[in-house]
Amino acid sequence: MAKATSSAPPAGSHAAAPINQSLTPDDKIGLYRLMSRIRRFEQVSLQHYQGGKMAGFLHLYIGQESVAVGTISLLGENDHVITAYRDHAHALAVGMGMDECMAELFGKATGCSKGKGGSMHYFEPSKNYWGGHGIVAGQTPLGLGLAYGLKFKKLKGAALCYLGDGAVNQGAFHESLNLAALWSLPVIYIIENNGYSMGTSQSRSSAYPSCLAERAAGYDMDWELFSGEDIYEVRARTQVAIERAHTLSRPAVLEIATYRWEGHSVADANKEKYRTKEEVERFKNEHDPIQRWRRVLIEEGIASEEDLKKIDKEAQKEAEASGDFAKASPYPTPESIFEDVYWEVDNKTDAGQTGRHFFND
Amino acid sequence: MPRRLSYRHALREAFDEELARDPMVVLMGEEVAQYNGAYKVTEGLWDKWGDDRIVDTPISEAGFIGMGIGASMLGVRPVMELMFWSFYTVAWDQIVNNAAMVRYMSGGKINCPIVIRGPANGGTGVGATHSHTPENILANFPGMKCVCPSNAYDAKGLMKAAIRDNDPVMFMESTKLYGEEWDVPSNDELPDGELFIPLGVADVKREGSDITLIAHGRAVITCLKAAEILEAEHGISAEVVDIRTIRPLDEETILESVAKTHRAIYVEENKPFCGVGAQIAYMIQSTIFDELDAPVLRINSLDAPAIYSPPLEAIQLPTPEVVVEKALSIC
Ligand SMILES: Cc1ncc(C[n+]2csc(CCOP(=O)(O)OP(=O)(O)O)c2C)c(N)n1
Ligand SMILES: [Mg+2]
Repeated sequence: MAKATSSAPPAGSHAAAPINQSLTPDDKIGLYRLMSRIRRFEQVSLQHYQGGKMAGFLHLYIGQESVAVGTISLLGENDHVITAYRDHAHALAVGMGMDECMAELFGKATGCSKGKGGSMHYFEPSKNYWGGHGIVAGQTPLGLGLAYGLKFKKLKGAALCYLGDGAVNQGAFHESLNLAALWSLPVIYIIENNGYSMGTSQSRSSAYPSCLAERAAGYDMDWELFSGEDIYEVRARTQVAIERAHTLSRPAVLEIATYRWEGHSVADANKEKYRTKEEVERFKNEHDPIQRWRRVLIEEGIASEEDLKKIDKEAQKEAEASGDFAKASPYPTPESIFEDVYWEVDNKTDAGQTGRHFFND
Repeated sequence: MPRRLSYRHALREAFDEELARDPMVVLMGEEVAQYNGAYKVTEGLWDKWGDDRIVDTPISEAGFIGMGIGASMLGVRPVMELMFWSFYTVAWDQIVNNAAMVRYMSGGKINCPIVIRGPANGGTGVGATHSHTPENILANFPGMKCVCPSNAYDAKGLMKAAIRDNDPVMFMESTKLYGEEWDVPSNDELPDGELFIPLGVADVKREGSDITLIAHGRAVITCLKAAEILEAEHGISAEVVDIRTIRPLDEETILESVAKTHRAIYVEENKPFCGVGAQIAYMIQSTIFDELDAPVLRINSLDAPAIYSPPLEAIQLPTPEVVVEKALSIC
């Protein structure tokens, strides 16, 4: 049942997959627009980070956009998303706005987490987006829990839980795999394999048979390995797992090969040491998922260079405007430090007003 | 001119000296070797000592910390880095049930000479998951020791003691201090030929007569700044006691100081509930109640998860101004 996918399918076959055939030209342009917006958002956020507007970490997803955009484009009403700290793209892909995302980076009250979470901790449950998690693999049992909730509530849906190639070595992930398979829960683990966990290459951190996803075989679970460069392929291969999750409540592990162009975070002092300039340049020049999709749209006659440039410009404008919005927004008030700690206290219930909850002298 | 050394460099010297002294010492953790440490604390050590002594681990805290504990039972002396102490939660079962308890449960047949170390501090904009300060929680477990150096000199001397200690030592550093420099004499300037500070010995960082400010870790620096303001602007002479190690705790130095000044405030970047200050305030009032001219007070981080928003995070942690204000309320 578990299947390896070493033989590459014939070129163009993914475009022919029914899930891709159903895309209208507008849908396809929409995918481009979303990737372009994500990239511009992050480029602008980087400028503001360097301008001292934010603190801590900023983990950029630049180079990996097709993975979040391709997979999330398949989701319906009862499908859910949860990821790690490299979370900006998934947030924009589920439909969160640039303004609230940028303001969160600035630590402003208008941010998606009111300035309380920062870059690593975006959340939007109203869009089925459950974060944004800073502890490596800490989200993996939560993704399982979302799947459990779906099954418990008898909803036809799946939980897409993203993790890195380094996160696969946490015990919590392995426990989750066993539970997912044992109880047949509709969770799809998506390993965004960018080749490195911080400065450690995959081969220096993981023992595995042919690939990381194949570890799922040990749990009698479906798995796939494929490239994330082409949105058609990402959608076609992920759709198979989503259908299985929807109809059979089966979990899966998908390993999607991708590459991050920037350092692990903006603070990565060694980003030019643990991988060669040539390697980074090669991915930028030959494997940019946005350029790749651009070529597809032009070849298919769906959009012209001019059309796409216009989209890029609009995305740039929107990103810059979100920076202005964030700058102009107020910081949270000091009192708000004590809000959002307890539901009962925030909602002034009896439970929230019985006994002392906070211990400031 | 005395030699100036950064906090991170002082730690690195301690590692280097202990690696040379004892072939059983091994340094381990995420990115400690080839990357030179996420915060450059172990920079250059892999180049010098190689794969056997400086080991990069996968992101598997429960696994590699537990492995270190197991190896220590066999006489290896692992110095394990948690990239952030915040990740202790992933390894918590190993730390508590194995490192802290195996000696007791084996009737003293086994001991764990392990050091678990890394930065434990807020104030750097990394949000609630990365800003934990679990020293009070760790010190709650008999069997474990807990060390929180406030400066480079202490960091070096205490690290050497921690590595030579035959019990598990939780060693908590600060990313806010790594780049700061202090006077740290080189070994040939020292009478014993090395810098070694036993665990369980507090240090009076500033002498004073009107009030005692007691603290650990970076809060000591906050207290020293507050003491200067108290002196210059209010004519109040504050003594600053750096407890340096939380368990074992040097109660005598604290009590002597408070018996002299008759007033005390505990300052820490930790949360208030069952914090280190709670233990010490209890100890002071139960031991020298008659010496006190005012209630023992404490200053902690504001009691909520660490907020990200940079200007709010800055006020969530104790500032010299808050210390001054509290001191004035009892002086
Ligand atoms: C439990 C835990 N350990 C360590 C870290 C520090 N850390 C953050 S990201 C990271 C590397 C993760 O790499 P990978 O899973 O490949 O994801 P990527 O960053 O490549 O997206 C490390 C070591 C952490 N946040 N949480
Ligand atoms: Mg990775």
